[in-house]
Amino acid sequence: MTTSDLAKIIFGRLSLESIPYHEPILIGTFIGVAIGGIAVLGAITYFKWWGYLWKEWLTSVDHKRIGVMYIVLAIIMLLRGFSDALMMRAQQALSFGDNQGFLPAHHYDQVFTAHGVIMIFFVAMPLVIGLMNFVVPLQIGARDVAFPFLNNFSFWMTVSGVILTMLSLFIGEYARTGWLAYPPLSNLAYSPDVGVDYWIWGLQLSGIGTLLSGVNFVTTIVKMRAPGMTMMKLPVFTWTALVTNVLIVAAFPILTAVLAMLTVDRYLGFHFFTNTMGGNPMMYINLIWIWGHPEVYILILPAFGVFSEVVPTFTGKRLFGYTSMVYATVVIAILSYLVWLHHFFTMGSGASVNSFFGITTMIISIPTGAKIFNWLFTMYRGRIRYELPMMWTVAFMLTFVIGGMTGVMLAVPPADFVLHNSLFLIAHFHNVIIGGVLFGMFAGINYWFPKVFGFKLDRTWGVRSFWLWVIGFWFAFAPLYVLGLMGVTRRLRHFDDPTLHPFFIVAAFGALLIAGGIACMLMQFFVSIRDREKLKVGGDPWNGRSLEWSTTSPPPQYNFAFTPVVHDLDAWWDMKARGAEHPTSGYHAIHMPKNTATGVVLGVLATAFGFAMIWYMWWLAAISFVAMIGYAIFHTFNYDRDYYIPAEEVARTEGHRTPAVATQG
Amino acid sequence: MIPNRFAHFTRNRVIRAGLSVAAVALLGACHADVLQPSGDVAAQQRDLLVAATLLMLLIIIPVMVLTVIVAWRYRESNEEATYLPDWDHSTALELVIWSAPLLIIICLGAITWLGTHTLDPYRPIARLDKGQAVPANAQPLEVDVVAMDWKWLFFYPQYGVATVNQLALPTDRPIAFKITSTSIMNSFYIPALAGQIYAMPGMETKLHAVLNDTGTFNGFSANYSGAGFSGMHFKTLGLDAGGFDQWIGKVKSSGLQLSNANYYKLEKPSENVKPIAFSAYAPGLYDRILNECTHPGEPCVADQMKADMMKDMRGESPRSPAPVNVTGPGTIGNAEGALFKSPQEKGEGKNVGEPPAPGTPGNIKPSDQKNRGMS
Repeated sequence: MTTSDLAKIIFGRLSLESIPYHEPILIGTFIGVAIGGIAVLGAITYFKWWGYLWKEWLTSVDHKRIGVMYIVLAIIMLLRGFSDALMMRAQQALSFGDNQGFLPAHHYDQVFTAHGVIMIFFVAMPLVIGLMNFVVPLQIGARDVAFPFLNNFSFWMTVSGVILTMLSLFIGEYARTGWLAYPPLSNLAYSPDVGVDYWIWGLQLSGIGTLLSGVNFVTTIVKMRAPGMTMMKLPVFTWTALVTNVLIVAAFPILTAVLAMLTVDRYLGFHFFTNTMGGNPMMYINLIWIWGHPEVYILILPAFGVFSEVVPTFTGKRLFGYTSMVYATVVIAILSYLVWLHHFFTMGSGASVNSFFGITTMIISIPTGAKIFNWLFTMYRGRIRYELPMMWTVAFMLTFVIGGMTGVMLAVPPADFVLHNSLFLIAHFHNVIIGGVLFGMFAGINYWFPKVFGFKLDRTWGVRSFWLWVIGFWFAFAPLYVLGLMGVTRRLRHFDDPTLHPFFIVAAFGALLIAGGIACMLMQFFVSIRDREKLKVGGDPWNGRSLEWSTTSPPPQYNFAFTPVVHDLDAWWDMKARGAEHPTSGYHAIHMPKNTATGVVLGVLATAFGFAMIWYMWWLAAISFVAMIGYAIFHTFNYDRDYYIPAEEVARTEGHRTPAVATQG
Repeated sequence: MIPNRFAHFTRNRVIRAGLSVAAVALLGACHADVLQPSGDVAAQQRDLLVAATLLMLLIIIPVMVLTVIVAWRYRESNEEATYLPDWDHSTALELVIWSAPLLIIICLGAITWLGTHTLDPYRPIARLDKGQAVPANAQPLEVDVVAMDWKWLFFYPQYGVATVNQLALPTDRPIAFKITSTSIMNSFYIPALAGQIYAMPGMETKLHAVLNDTGTFNGFSANYSGAGFSGMHFKTLGLDAGGFDQWIGKVKSSGLQLSNANYYKLEKPSENVKPIAFSAYAPGLYDRILNECTHPGEPCVADQMKADMMKDMRGESPRSPAPVNVTGPGTIGNAEGALFKSPQEKGEGKNVGEPPAPGTPGNIKPSDQKNRGMS
């Protein structure tokens, strides 16, 4: 056996060649990340935060902490995903005629793949799941989710996926296939490198985390609602969370399965999706969209939920048409499984098949439209306070209807034949994902931030960020609508036609405005943390309506000293109206789950397993897989997993609250 | 209050009208292929797009205007506005907000059903242009399209010629495309002519269209297919009947032949390929590409399927080797690949039986009409 054989056994296909030291952009990025990383780690060490971080956050099973960690993760990944967007915009604005731009195909194709994957899986999903984590148990009057450890584990599986995806920047490369890695391009024959394997394992691991989150939330919402909170008294955000998680539970196994099939195609030479030997790539495209379309609603429904909380709060008015809102949500969820084929009308299906899926797609716009009207009529005859969450909501309403309209245009199959895969499509889905999901999440973050940390976010920087985002969005994507109508397709790296150039320059300018919006948002966090004493608020800063506003800000670890009893949809509003008082005595010890390092350990092992599989280090894959299963079994023997917060401590924590709830603001 | 509302309404309409005029002017300056196409199919698709947009604007514009009005009127500082904090239901309003979109979707659904069937790319076209039916004696031009890494190969089976990255089409004559790919999935799209359709390896899709204007139009792949994707475009020449015959004559006199050897060279991935004209090509090359048996020894998909079928019927293991392209690629004029022989000609292999009766499953071409009802 030669040394190189030995090296192959140990390192698989990983070698020094795999480090992209010849790519100046990546070297620059690496230096930036390294300096930043060292600074952060250094600061943590200097201020001796490691213990605090480990005990209070990383190993925490508290749904509030986990929610915050998800959102921090999402914001970090937003920076990465947005850098990719800037690079694409710059490349397309430069690469005309003789100018080839600054990104070769090898790099550019990774950039757009990574942008899509990161924005959907590691920005939008963590934002949504993070917000649900924080808000849902508080809204239903629960102390935590149904399975607190599972929640922590889900988070760390998501982080595993993130780490693998980020590693691909500096070790090897990422997929060059587009974010859904259609075969045959993603087959071993046409993508023999590690890129698609990074994609597979990053998504497989984080997908498991998401699926388990789904199980956790469905159980929590079905089983742990406060007494009196019937399904038709559930706050709308929690309703949308329930429906979203049902969608997750039903849809994510399809993703897991389709990734597994692609994995055996690539690793074991199976023929599910190959061109030859009876494989059929069309099957992959169907399967991935049977997951992928519900995924869109998994993202947007919680955003709809946020708006349904924000609008009544800031108009000081009951939500208009609660029942129709709930039914609209459920109808959207059911229909979301009947439309997947609209992503590939152009694959040659018969006219009847195409019409069926086109029309089901259009039907979704009816309940969605009903929701828009419901928010509108909630505002009607209200007293609208234009705080940041409400501003995001109005911007959403005006932006999203356009995205909805272009979506229905794409749902007409013959129209889709001319617009499919064009920049019109790109503009459409950014219109609904930025204008819908992201605006919703920003509204949610601004809305619940005071609940999470006990102080409001700074308004000045928030307003700046708001305008830059909204205006930047239109600058960035209106030209893309036009370009799509001119017949320009997506994922192009270079253009010959100079008449297209001005549009790409405007789009790049829009991206810069959005960059300003992101910078202002970071500044908003910074300024708010700096001025936290000045921005300090009580438990109910917005004159809220649902149960989360009945706790202190931040809520105590156990959320509610006494389980609230619910009599009305707007439970907290109702309590305030009836002059309910906080009890001042009679506290009991509270049973709580203990923190555990198991989630972190399993996350590390899963990352190692994924990395080993990507690089064909079979020994490491075997060891880490066995260790992962072994440690999970070992954890089940840990009987020391709960404790009680003594009644005196609860009394002390609750003690400095005034009994009259109405003065909590 | 009412005049106030109207003021908003008209002001918005004016702004909107101004914007659309500006948009049209901007588009007019460039060639907006999708909005101003040169083929009847694309024109009908554009009409459908515009109709759908107008139908939806019927509800979108009022919603946007109402949003702005309500958002402004019920601001906190406006003490005059009515404030009804407990008003949360109105059956009449609920009826309107569910039924108004429903009515629009019913109209749109009807248009969609009709449009999707009349504009089914597999359906031979019924008219050359508005009010101009296809003449009874019209002979559609057949073009067999192959997406390769990363260029387009066009066969003209009626003329025995082939081109790379250049397509010439006669105006006002129906065109029947058959489309496949050698390796990666692409999408065949000439915006000025007609909507796109995927080009997939081992499968055949179809597109029927007609070109009404002469000129030069862009064609490209509209589905990302790897590193050379950006350069995977071609010019489409729209020529009148005489010009098209001249063009064919020019291709015929080019002297270069797409023999199997040349095809193997062409098959290698290449980017930004300049147009190539072939005066002749190895017979059956398109069918062998479609059946993935361009190289000697490769089993043709159609034969493989047939053989598997026969074995299934006889209860044998379905995965023994099927007839392969045993005769090799051959030379031009002598290219009798496995695909072109009847099973009897291939000797007495135990995996060779009688060809199944027409219409039996497995005895249909890839992407036959029968398969299209399934997704």
